[in-house]
Amino acid sequence: MRRVLIWLPLVLFGLVFALVASGLLRPGDRRVHSAMVGKPMPQLNLPPLLADRPGIATADFGKGKPRLLNIFASWCIPCIAEAPQLMKLRQAGAEIDAIAIRDTGDAVRGFLRQNGDPYARIGDDKTSSAQLALGSSGVPETFVIDAAGKIAYQHIGDIRDENVPELLAALEKAK
Amino acid sequence: MIAELGLAALWLAAAFAVVQLLLAWGGARASGIEGEHREAAEAEMMRALRRVALVQGLLALLSFMLLIALFVRSDMSVLLVAENSHSLKPLMYKVAGAWGNHEGSMLLWVTVLAVAGAGVAMFERRLAAGTLAATLGAQAAIGLGFYAFLGFASNPFVRLNPAAADGQGLNPLLQDPGLAFHPPTLYLGYVGLSVAFSFAVGALVMRDVGPAFARAMRPWVLGAWIFLTIGITAGSYWAYYELGWGGWWFWDPVENASLMPWLAATALLHSVTVLATRDGLRAWTLMLAVVAFSMSMIGTFLVRSGILVSVHAFAVDPTRGTFILALLGLYIGGALALFGARVGTVTQGSTFQLVSREGALVLNNLLLSVILGVVFIGTLYPLVAQAAGVQLSIGAPFFNKAIAPVALALVAATAIGPLLRWRRDNLNALLGKLLWPVAAAGVAFAFAFVLTGASHLLSVLGIAFAAGLAVASVLPLARRSLRRTPLHIWGMVVAHLGIAVSLGGMVADSAFTLERLAAVQVGDNVRVGPFQVALAEVRPTIGPNWSAVEARLTVRRGEGKPFDLFPQQRFFNTPPTNTSEAAIETMLDGQLYTVLGQGDDQGRWQLRLWWKPFVTLIWLGGGLIALGGLLALVGRVRRERRQADAEIYL
Repeated sequence: MRRVLIWLPLVLFGLVFALVASGLLRPGDRRVHSAMVGKPMPQLNLPPLLADRPGIATADFGKGKPRLLNIFASWCIPCIAEAPQLMKLRQAGAEIDAIAIRDTGDAVRGFLRQNGDPYARIGDDKTSSAQLALGSSGVPETFVIDAAGKIAYQHIGDIRDENVPELLAALEKAK
Repeated sequence: MIAELGLAALWLAAAFAVVQLLLAWGGARASGIEGEHREAAEAEMMRALRRVALVQGLLALLSFMLLIALFVRSDMSVLLVAENSHSLKPLMYKVAGAWGNHEGSMLLWVTVLAVAGAGVAMFERRLAAGTLAATLGAQAAIGLGFYAFLGFASNPFVRLNPAAADGQGLNPLLQDPGLAFHPPTLYLGYVGLSVAFSFAVGALVMRDVGPAFARAMRPWVLGAWIFLTIGITAGSYWAYYELGWGGWWFWDPVENASLMPWLAATALLHSVTVLATRDGLRAWTLMLAVVAFSMSMIGTFLVRSGILVSVHAFAVDPTRGTFILALLGLYIGGALALFGARVGTVTQGSTFQLVSREGALVLNNLLLSVILGVVFIGTLYPLVAQAAGVQLSIGAPFFNKAIAPVALALVAATAIGPLLRWRRDNLNALLGKLLWPVAAAGVAFAFAFVLTGASHLLSVLGIAFAAGLAVASVLPLARRSLRRTPLHIWGMVVAHLGIAVSLGGMVADSAFTLERLAAVQVGDNVRVGPFQVALAEVRPTIGPNWSAVEARLTVRRGEGKPFDLFPQQRFFNTPPTNTSEAAIETMLDGQLYTVLGQGDDQGRWQLRLWWKPFVTLIWLGGGLIALGGLLALVGRVRRERRQADAEIYL
């Protein structure tokens, strides 16, 4: 009896160990997704921020052509860093819309003058509610919305040179 | 440059850990040599071993300091800094950012481990040389595993090229002074238990389990336990005021991860005293030392790895997961195997009768083990279910129902134990001593019953037990000269009193809390308990890295002077998060807890109000428990030192 008791902790630990190991080794999808990827765009209706172009509405997407949706702000420093890559994407033929987070028209106009202006539409999200609805976790972030209006891909953080081909490939796939 | 220096220091520390392990091997073997050379060889080996352990500790500390320096300088060319910090963050949170992430917390862990090892090497003089050498060897072996983990799978000093323009920030929920210093406190506790573990391994290897070993281990267990107590208490208060839901314990896996080692350490603390004073419970104490540290490893890593939330999250980085699991298997499995193989050679210590201090402590240990088992099963069960393909989570209802009765029995054991003599006592004497506590419990029961009625029977029982324990815990001071009472007795009294105080707070909170949820416009009044709360205004306000809407609540209690409270809805940009900053007014008889919720289009604001009578007793009790531990620690260390001096001058 005593001998059994002595080895019991080791046996119990072995069981827990096996349990955790089986969980660890089980193959599965190992990428981290936003909960929104693969789902239709949430219902958004953001007013325009600048007078010269429209805001963002869910109805604008899914018209047979994939689009990029870039979440940015004039006060966001990594957004400056990704601006050249956005221009490259625009030149490669991507259609890019934007949601400006907690921003003002004047600040955004200045930002676009300095860093280039790739955007077709800019929605004004004063309260970040659209950002939260999209499941975005920070600024900047970029979503690929596919031809049917579904969120096909999410890029977290600033777009670097090496991400440009990835995003173009995602756009191609989303046709 | 700083990052490279930090990495170099880390690798050097690892190299010294290897040397420490080899020297310890030699030291442990040297104690087996017979004849005239033995003492000289032993002394030589021990001197070298002590120095190596010290250097290892200093190098690890240097490495960690350099990581903090990188965070303070916001060096965005370091990946870890870019991912977890931001140049606009207040300085305190830049510092805290160093350990508020996976890699940094692992480095903190290994640093505390190495520094604790150095502490053992420097200050432990009373243990047999061979046992001390084996202990330092075990400590080095644990350290090596984590150095390897840091070096190969989890390097905190990796460069980012090109450097980021700025960092991604720190979870705003963590931007709170309480939480910034919460993990280090818990880590000190966890790693203190690693020293107890090493002592147990050392004693098993050298077959040297006795009072001397227990006395060497006790201060480390006490120290670890104090930090765990503070960490848990502070964590509970943090969750209470920061999360804005008005509760103080949620049985969340993260909370359980700190509670499990605390439960094991509490049991260990009591059994190690039996071993030190009465030379009893030898095997059991060894087992608890192994279990306590195992719980801190399992707890930390299950939480850190996210396996409890999702098995897949654990596998985000399979190398890391496998590495951690291998370490767990190696150390815990190894120690348990060593225990199984060697404990048969540990002879049974002194015996005792059932009705005795030892008997009560065994009961305490059993009850604590039952609670530990319940928490362990409840925490891991979702994992088992997941393996079977079922998603579920186990929450407060299960834990409360399963643990409350055992906890009440434990409270009774806590009240009775200190009133018993060592080795044997008689039942009639005990019953005589229990007169006052039982009377206090009876009176409290009657009062609470009249006050709340039969609907809260468990709470009423809790109040009665709290009152009984409060009286029983000060009884050991009766008929003693207070000035000449040893400090560790005071420690026990204060800690047990703390349990009574804490229990009182928990019960009062669950039985008497009043809640009010209302949608109000500026100018409206709401009543909660004895308070009249008016929403005076709502205005925007701005902090260093957040913006917020803030309400001004004018509160009046009866005819008393009105005062203002300012709950906020905060918004952080990086990453975008909304948090509720509760505003809390602490009074002698409880807390008024206010939370500002969402506003609607008609200009109405959600307001959540709680009147929580005596809720502060929960954390006051936690503080008392920790203070009791501190008194006991100081008392024990002073006593040991005096005895050591006495032996020298004999």
